Amino acid sequence: MLKAKNKTGLVFFPAFDWAIDPIHPEREERLLYTQDQVEEEGIFDIEGILEYKPEIVTIEDIRRAHFCVPDEKTITTESHLISAGGAMAIAKAVMRKEVETGFALVRPPGHHSMRVSHGGRGFCHINMEAIMVEYLRSKHGIKRVAIVDTDCHHGDGTNNIYWHDPNVLFISMHQDGRTMYPGSGFPNELGGPNAMGTNLNIPLPPETSAEGYLYIMENTVMPAIADFKPDIIVNSAGQDNHYTDPLTNMNFSAQGYAELTTMLKPDIAVLEGGYSIEGALPYVNLGIILAMAGLDYSGVIEPDFNPEKLRQSQAITDKIKSVSEEINYSFQRREELRERAGEHGEIQQKVREIYYDTDNLYERQNEKIRVCRDCGGALEIDSKATPGHHILAVHIPHQACNECIETGYDIFDKADTKKYDKIFLQDRPKDIYKIKEN
Amino acid sequence: MIIGLDVGGTHTDVVLLSNKGFIKKVKVLTNPSDLFNTVLTGITELLKGISPESIKKIILSTTLTTNAVVQQNVNPVGIVVSSGPGIQAELFGNVKHYYKVKGAIDHRGRETENINKQEIEDVAKKLKKAGIEYVAVVGKFSVRNPSHEIVIKRILNKQFKKIFMGHNVSGNLNFPRRIATAHLNAAVYSMHKEFFTAIKASLDKKGINAPIQVLKSDGGTMSLDASLEIPARTVLSGPAASIIGSIPHAEGNKDTLVLDIGGTTTDIAILVNKTPLLEPLGIKIGIYKSLIRSLKTYSKGIGGDSFVNVQEGTLVIGHERKGPAMAFGGLYPTPTDAIVYLGMMEAGDKKLAEQGIAQIANQLNLSLDDTANLIVKTTCNQILDHSMKMVERINKKPVYTVHEFMEGYKIKVEKILLLGGPAEYLAQQIEEISGIETSAVPLSSVANAIGAALARTTCEVSLIADTEQGIATIHEEDYAEPISNSYTEKDAIETAYTILKEKARGLGANEDELKEIEVIESQSFNIVRNFSPKGKIFRMKIQIKPGLINGFEKMKFDKAALN
Ligand SMILES: [Zn+2]
Ligand SMILES: [Zn+2]
Ligand SMILES: [Zn+2]
Repeated sequence: MLKAKNKTGLVFFPAFDWAIDPIHPEREERLLYTQDQVEEEGIFDIEGILEYKPEIVTIEDIRRAHFCVPDEKTITTESHLISAGGAMAIAKAVMRKEVETGFALVRPPGHHSMRVSHGGRGFCHINMEAIMVEYLRSKHGIKRVAIVDTDCHHGDGTNNIYWHDPNVLFISMHQDGRTMYPGSGFPNELGGPNAMGTNLNIPLPPETSAEGYLYIMENTVMPAIADFKPDIIVNSAGQDNHYTDPLTNMNFSAQGYAELTTMLKPDIAVLEGGYSIEGALPYVNLGIILAMAGLDYSGVIEPDFNPEKLRQSQAITDKIKSVSEEINYSFQRREELRERAGEHGEIQQKVREIYYDTDNLYERQNEKIRVCRDCGGALEIDSKATPGHHILAVHIPHQACNECIETGYDIFDKADTKKYDKIFLQDRPKDIYKIKEN
Repeated sequence: MIIGLDVGGTHTDVVLLSNKGFIKKVKVLTNPSDLFNTVLTGITELLKGISPESIKKIILSTTLTTNAVVQQNVNPVGIVVSSGPGIQAELFGNVKHYYKVKGAIDHRGRETENINKQEIEDVAKKLKKAGIEYVAVVGKFSVRNPSHEIVIKRILNKQFKKIFMGHNVSGNLNFPRRIATAHLNAAVYSMHKEFFTAIKASLDKKGINAPIQVLKSDGGTMSLDASLEIPARTVLSGPAASIIGSIPHAEGNKDTLVLDIGGTTTDIAILVNKTPLLEPLGIKIGIYKSLIRSLKTYSKGIGGDSFVNVQEGTLVIGHERKGPAMAFGGLYPTPTDAIVYLGMMEAGDKKLAEQGIAQIANQLNLSLDDTANLIVKTTCNQILDHSMKMVERINKKPVYTVHEFMEGYKIKVEKILLLGGPAEYLAQQIEEISGIETSAVPLSSVANAIGAALARTTCEVSLIADTEQGIATIHEEDYAEPISNSYTEKDAIETAYTILKEKARGLGANEDELKEIEVIESQSFNIVRNFSPKGKIFRMKIQIKPGLINGFEKMKFDKAALN
């Protein structure tokens, strides 16, 4: 009978008893029809496809990727922990070499969650991919990671977490931020002074179809990955680029997703968004699973699929070509861009405001990064949420140099507990997390 | 009185039970090429000196369909499938006469492509020309909407002897298994029918007019008439019979491990609250993964006749059988030889057993006693190891709700029941190693036949109600009814109970057995489109769970009862 060419692990966790609220897109019904399709196809009977139970991530796991304010328990529910645990279970199965590749079909999503998390943004509370990647770096010696976010929204949370990290290549392709939440992710957003060019944002015009997506994959994403040489490739596999998605305006298809997956060959894929729960998800998920397993997906075609109707205009094709060239140019010059971005040892400051649409709160951040030629740089974030808490967070990056480690501890030790509700230290080299408070 | 009969590979066991207890047992040799005479001889032997009128019910568990399927000695079947989007349906056909036709139904049961009458008529011509008499008609998502299967059957009808439709085999999703299951039913139909018609006629001639029931692979029974529509449900009923036979000795509040230790294999099963665990989808037989409801059993290649040898200085209990124990004329040492040597078992030639143990003892540089003890201990250790791994796997099975993830039931074995030849000799050792209360089931050699005799009628139905589409359905029972927006979970339960009871009565259940109904799954979902509620989906599975018929709780099983 059917046999997978690549041994593939699947976690399926539809959280049939959890919703943000009863009519919210992130509700119980979301993966119901996907489950129906996957079960009806007999996916779990295919030799070489293994179903895993999700794990539940611990506070320690979250603390490698986030500063949760006021704490992890307050801003997460069990469903967030199990969803992230789904990605974790797949990652471990891949590390144990039980499977070559794996896909966590989980909800709720996570890619809008930033390093400091005060609550829910874009349906996300904690970042599943970052929690998993940081676990792999701490426990499995993984050094270089490529994360490709193919969700229709800019993966601004993941982008934020790896903004200063030269050892993670983060690529997000998404609908142009001028027409779509969260309104960011433009080609000039290339990363901080220490990691410029390892953050690539690829905005695509509304009504981009498979042709455009696959063009970007072939001409920008795959060459960048080949150049970067990651130890693992992670795919934030959002499915809201589909032509039937109610929240977006793109013309991607199940066949397109399957082809994209075949090109990318992710070691680990994690479901993010996707809200066309009947017209898209059952077919897109099936297409991705079959593509990962190396099985024939040519029959996975939506009942109402009409390639003529979905064809992209010449203007879109031209636009995509020029975006691709622009980004390739930046990526190739990344060393030079970093040189010009700042002096070794200098501290650069940035102030910004972040809106949490899901939990309706504002955060004001003052971020200071130590420009460093030897590592991702010591990072200090002063963050105040309204309503909410005022905290100071210090991050010492993975593979940090001694100076940045000292700088980090220095900031943490000297920080005044009277000024903040809490002061956090995330020491990634030692895998330590400290909290100071009055 | 009740007769229970289980055909095994070498022996056929028959028991006679009354509600006061065990009355009589008979063992006859199985003749695989003439099961009809095997069954008849067994019953005739058993009834020597007993009046046929006193028999109220006969339950038969045979290897008829199992052997036929495993040996591929079955009717040629034509398969017609309609599939729609997804994995190419061409990949699922493993018969010569397999036709994929137009027509598609989606996950909510909506038609997305019409069927083409002409195409099906052409297929019918080809099947006729090839001499096909039995046909399986299966659609993807036909359990959500069977109309294509029904129309296709209507077009094919009258041209073929019997047509099986996919939506009738189970309410569960799984298109490839649905195809396999409908195929199996069509493949074994005629032999099943001929066999049981002949048995019934012969028993009638002997004045035995008691109703005949057939054991299914889920350890439940069905009437002979009902079995004609679903003959494939009789496959692998033997292991189920043994597990049911262990239930009288289980305790309600203790999760129980049942180990049926045979010559070459050990079958492992689990009882929770005196109810055996079921496979989530269905049994695997030969090359077929099916939707045939079955008990969860796990078969491991270790038993009393396993080949014992030494590899690189270590004792190994091999997976293969190289003939019987030396104590019984075999050529290689086995765990049974260790049991015989240690004097635990009276049967067998102790001298020959000792020769076998000596071979191993020499290689291990141990005394005969130490060697024999080590063999027994290692055998028990391995059996327990496999069992605990099975428990672990079950406890790790994926769940789909936060609630189940956090609070789902975890099996904790607190009792072990042993069946099969070496059972009584290994009980003490297994208890010592595992630290878990262990006992051998009394009359263990006929526990299978007792299980068949005491099994209750079982069945399951799956209801789906969709208030947006305004319909509640149990398609496996060809039930569909319009519903309104005010439909509730309570309505769903009520309908499911009614249909389940009807189904159970159709299978031959008495009113007493209808008390054991339980809801296995109940979920409801809001259907929301563009931020506004459009209706609700209810999904419910209920069953009569496998277990024992009432009225036999006080049955005595002690050896004294044998006399
Ligand atoms: Zn994206
Ligand atoms: Zn999205
Ligand atoms: Zn540094």
